[in-house]
Amino acid sequence: MDFLNTLTDNTELFRKGFLGTLALTGSSALIALVLGTLMAAFRVSPVPVLRWIGTTWVTILRNTPLTLLFFASVFAVPKLGLNQLTYFVLAMATLGFYTSAFVCEVVRSGINTVPIGQAEAARSLGLTFSQTLRTVILPQAGRTVIGPIGSVLIALTKNSAIAGGFNVVELFSTQKTLTENANPLFAVFFWIALGYLLITLVLSGIFRGLENRLAVAR
Amino acid sequence: MSATVLFDTPGPKARARSKAYTGITGLALAALLGWIGYRFWVTGQFDASMWARFEYTDVQWAIVQGLLTTLKVFAIAGAASLVLGAVLAVGRLSDHAPVRWVSAVIVEFFRAMPLVIMIYALYRWQFTDRPMWALVIGLTLYNGSVQAEVIRAGINAVPRGQAEAAYALGLRKSQVMRVVLVPQAVRSMLPTIISQLVVTLKDTSLGYVITYEELLYVGNQIAATTNTPNGFPYVQVMMVIAPIYIAMCLLLSWAARAIERRGGRTTSTGAALAGAGMAAGD
Repeated sequence: MDFLNTLTDNTELFRKGFLGTLALTGSSALIALVLGTLMAAFRVSPVPVLRWIGTTWVTILRNTPLTLLFFASVFAVPKLGLNQLTYFVLAMATLGFYTSAFVCEVVRSGINTVPIGQAEAARSLGLTFSQTLRTVILPQAGRTVIGPIGSVLIALTKNSAIAGGFNVVELFSTQKTLTENANPLFAVFFWIALGYLLITLVLSGIFRGLENRLAVAR
Repeated sequence: MSATVLFDTPGPKARARSKAYTGITGLALAALLGWIGYRFWVTGQFDASMWARFEYTDVQWAIVQGLLTTLKVFAIAGAASLVLGAVLAVGRLSDHAPVRWVSAVIVEFFRAMPLVIMIYALYRWQFTDRPMWALVIGLTLYNGSVQAEVIRAGINAVPRGQAEAAYALGLRKSQVMRVVLVPQAVRSMLPTIISQLVVTLKDTSLGYVITYEELLYVGNQIAATTNTPNGFPYVQVMMVIAPIYIAMCLLLSWAARAIERRGGRTTSTGAALAGAGMAAGD
């Protein structure tokens, strides 16, 4: 009974935490998808400087601990006088930037699966680089990487927990508050785990559905 | 498809355009860097008092200690996760359904949980006085589960003839696994295994959340205990700590890539299957 009481006595905290995780994951996913695709475009572009920016962005972000990034954005960035940003905005940007590096690599691998003939045909029709990429390559690449993008977003959901250690209200911060208020440890862990499982299972379901609908037969 | 297929060999017009874009991007980058430098300047980050603390040997030693602690946790958790991974991988391929089932549940559960949730629960449960073990056990369970999937994919990618030949020679099931399949699987999966070790190394910084004195936590302490007229030197600590982390991870990543290039043994399907964790940013 204790088990259920932990949930029913603290519904408000759990609700806030769950919604916090949803909001954080959703908003940073949006940043990651847009920025990641842009960086992938940079990495295959004809301009060397842009390629360099894309490569550097990915290399640095993939080799930096996310906790360190959070630490830097929460403690160091406000020291530069940017102290009007809320913890949520900082966490959203941190997660979005970090994840964009992984989105970039996934999209780039998708670009590599598009048959060479597609790009050659596009070029021989006289399309420019950005037209080739926008109208021919990316639509096809996007369809082949739906599965991997799903994995990236599931990892993002799990990574968003770290934000709870940096003053953002989400499921991990709920776990901390409840555990520190002497609620049964395993009951709290169970309900928090269930919350994350719910999000990741729904995400993987959505992406499996998308994959089936949009898959290209080759 | 290589990148060069996406655009023609640049002619004079394209070269000019490319130069223009390079100029614009360079200006934008310079403006960004200049703005950051300006923010540094107006908030007094270049002030000597902000940096003086790093000249003291006790602070330098604290950083070295933090680095060694991080490396210690990484060594224990990395080794333990490889052992656990091998055990779970073999377990998932066992002929006995209960063993298979238990291994699968362990692997799927620990892969699905956010690591920090688990480490914190362990910390509050049994390891409040010994946060290192909360961190090590959490890292081992999570990364071990991921390594299990990597090694399993590697075992499945070993050509069937290998196992058949081993059985034909009269080896027992456990011998076939131990002597023939696992060594080949580990070898072919080495780049992916090392990539996952990079993830393990990165995640040691979660020790910060449970107040364990690894590198990031030490950095925080240095910044929080240095009160200067310009505030606490968090920016400076970041500029010292971050390169250390990035350098360590880059070294490991490069090792993985070097082995991948040299070995040429990685089966592309296996690597694609198993590399999903690292590629996804777990």
